[in-house]
Amino acid sequence: MSNQEHTASIKAYVTGFILSIVLTVIPLVLVLNHMMGKAALTVSILLAAVLQFVVQLFFFMHIRDGEGPRYNVMALILGIIFVVTIVAGAIWIMSFNSQVQ
Amino acid sequence: MDNSHFFVTGDPMIYGADVSIILVSLAIIIYLTYFKKWGWLWREWITTVDHKKIGIMYLLSSLLMLFRGGVDAVLMRIQLAVPNSHFLASEHYNEIFTTHGTIMILFMAMPFMFALFNMVVPLQIGARDVAYPFLNAVSFWLFFLGAMLLNISFVIGGSPNAGWLSYAPLSENDFSPGPGQNFWIWGIQISGIGSLMTGINFVVTILKMRTPTMRLRDMPLFSWSVLASSIAILGVFPIFTATLAMLTIDRLLGGHFFTMTGGGNPMMWVNLIWMWGHPEVYIVVLPAFGVFSEIVATFSKKRIFGYASMVFSMIAISIVSYYTWVHHFFTMGAGANVNIVFAICTMIIAIPTGVKVFNWLFTMYRGRIRITQPMLWFMAFVPCFLVGGATGVMLAAAPADYQYHNSYFLIAHFHQVLIGGVVFGYLAGMYYWFPKIFGIKLNERLGKWAFWTWQIGFYVCFMPQYALGFMGMTRRMYTYNSTMGWDMGWAPLNMISTVGAFLMGIGFIFQVWQILYSIKHGERDVTGDAWDGRTLEWSIPSPPPVYNFAILPVVKGRDAWWYQKQEMQKGSYQKEAVKYEPIHMPNNSGIPFLMAVCFFIAGFGFTFEWWWMGIAGLIGVFITLFARSFQYNTDHFISVEEIERTENALRNHGSIHRTAN
Repeated sequence: MSNQEHTASIKAYVTGFILSIVLTVIPLVLVLNHMMGKAALTVSILLAAVLQFVVQLFFFMHIRDGEGPRYNVMALILGIIFVVTIVAGAIWIMSFNSQVQ
Repeated sequence: MDNSHFFVTGDPMIYGADVSIILVSLAIIIYLTYFKKWGWLWREWITTVDHKKIGIMYLLSSLLMLFRGGVDAVLMRIQLAVPNSHFLASEHYNEIFTTHGTIMILFMAMPFMFALFNMVVPLQIGARDVAYPFLNAVSFWLFFLGAMLLNISFVIGGSPNAGWLSYAPLSENDFSPGPGQNFWIWGIQISGIGSLMTGINFVVTILKMRTPTMRLRDMPLFSWSVLASSIAILGVFPIFTATLAMLTIDRLLGGHFFTMTGGGNPMMWVNLIWMWGHPEVYIVVLPAFGVFSEIVATFSKKRIFGYASMVFSMIAISIVSYYTWVHHFFTMGAGANVNIVFAICTMIIAIPTGVKVFNWLFTMYRGRIRITQPMLWFMAFVPCFLVGGATGVMLAAAPADYQYHNSYFLIAHFHQVLIGGVVFGYLAGMYYWFPKIFGIKLNERLGKWAFWTWQIGFYVCFMPQYALGFMGMTRRMYTYNSTMGWDMGWAPLNMISTVGAFLMGIGFIFQVWQILYSIKHGERDVTGDAWDGRTLEWSIPSPPPVYNFAILPVVKGRDAWWYQKQEMQKGSYQKEAVKYEPIHMPNNSGIPFLMAVCFFIAGFGFTFEWWWMGIAGLIGVFITLFARSFQYNTDHFISVEEIERTENALRNHGSIHRTAN
């Protein structure tokens, strides 16, 4: 198989790897050193998570590859719908817990 | 963990099972050795990557599991037939309803569905194999050994007994110590990974492997249903895997995701497992809808009515099915706002389903209908699914659900949609495509006996259960006393229901008899087009050669084979000169089987908390992955001479050469 269209190279993989590690270490440091209030901390952790998601898509998952129908993008949109449903749905449904306690 | 009872003891039925398992295993080993079949078994079946053979293996395993799940069902019905029954011990009863549900959904319906995927989809879209044949073999062996892992639990270690979805906290260590619950986790975890891979495989196969002239909007509806179902698999099986992993962490490593103490939230288990569990039932029913779409069109001699609305409604079902899961636990008390949203979504999903039923009926309208075996099952499906759907909408009304919840009304409802929809659909599909895969038509007479015993048995078994639900009988009830039995009238209805269960069992025996009889004496199909079909799978010989299509078919629109046949009759069909080219095919490989065996060893080890064995199994998995990564000799070409030889042999064998070229 030809790999010419692939955007990946050793360099891209290493860059992606380092960025992912940095984005993992940041929330860890924030939590361990109690550097922020609760709300700010939550937002920071979520932000780092989303950024890492983007990094992985571009450096590991070859989101820019391929031609023709944009199956990558369609799959991504579908995936985001699933994840939002799962997370937001579960939070909403489980909020009864605080009401009954 | 208490491992003192490695082998299950005490129950005479279990000893009987022990003896029969040993005798059957010995018989198989002696047969294979005496007839020197071990090499054949390894070369032709265990290492195969051919989608048709993998489909056959799925079919066999699912029929085997239908037998096992059916025996469970009959045992339960015997227990409930009369008041104060002690036919089964209460613990044993719990184990049986747990394995019945798990096996019927995950090890009967899912593999039956994958059998149809594998046997039909590549043939229907003009492909020579699935997109990832090696992965396909991995999927099958993961399913098979996962199923075996759960199945050995009733003789080794003890069966799980916390219900088919093993609600926490009952399924946690505090309330379910011992290996039974671990068997459940690892058995379905391993086979679930296989299901996810199959989902990926068929999405890619359908999007990428269609014969170049087939546009998506010309694709047969069964293949569309497989696409819709596979996308749903991609969406929810990861949730399933993650949820099971969380329960594993709780049980094996002392986590507190779903425990009563330590900040655990047992309701989160219910929430997560139904996020998978509800779409799962649509995953299994969508391909049944696809089967019916093919059957109705073929046996009405008409193109399907409302093709576009059929596709649209399937996609709508697969999307809306993500937003209904809370209707399984309205009574949790998440509040009116949550309940009403999910109640409405549940009712909405009945609309596209209704559209489909009307389209099938309109396809039959003024069609030239032939009542064949597949058509019989379709005509049984319509009223059955209609009633099942209507009781489903009753259950979807959240306030009313507080009355029906976990009663026998619910039991009757979901058996009616799962048997009436899924099982009837898959059986129809089996009757329809059996001549294609095996070149044999299934005997009509025995088939009708099977059909009518199934039908009568079904209604005799489940209609009384709706009434029992209204009378207050709840599911998973081990026994009831004679006041309930006679004064409240439970006993007669339960007795009738048990008779129905036996009738369905007889129906199944007829089917086994029918298949065995037909293999020996059945009518051979030499045309390749047993039913005067409309789609591409009927354009090639039965059973198809290993490469399916000697030349990739040219598709000029919907129902490609039907219109080609018409052109051939009119004489306007231009037969082009046949020019074969070498065909690129994958090599057989033993790695999928070995990988699954390693998964089995790992699962067995973790089940008994024997870490050395679990880790050894996982290391084995990584070794097989590693070995595969460095395997370069993975494919071969079938030469033009060999294709010519095969095609000539098929032609001389009596089958008319009718490939679409």
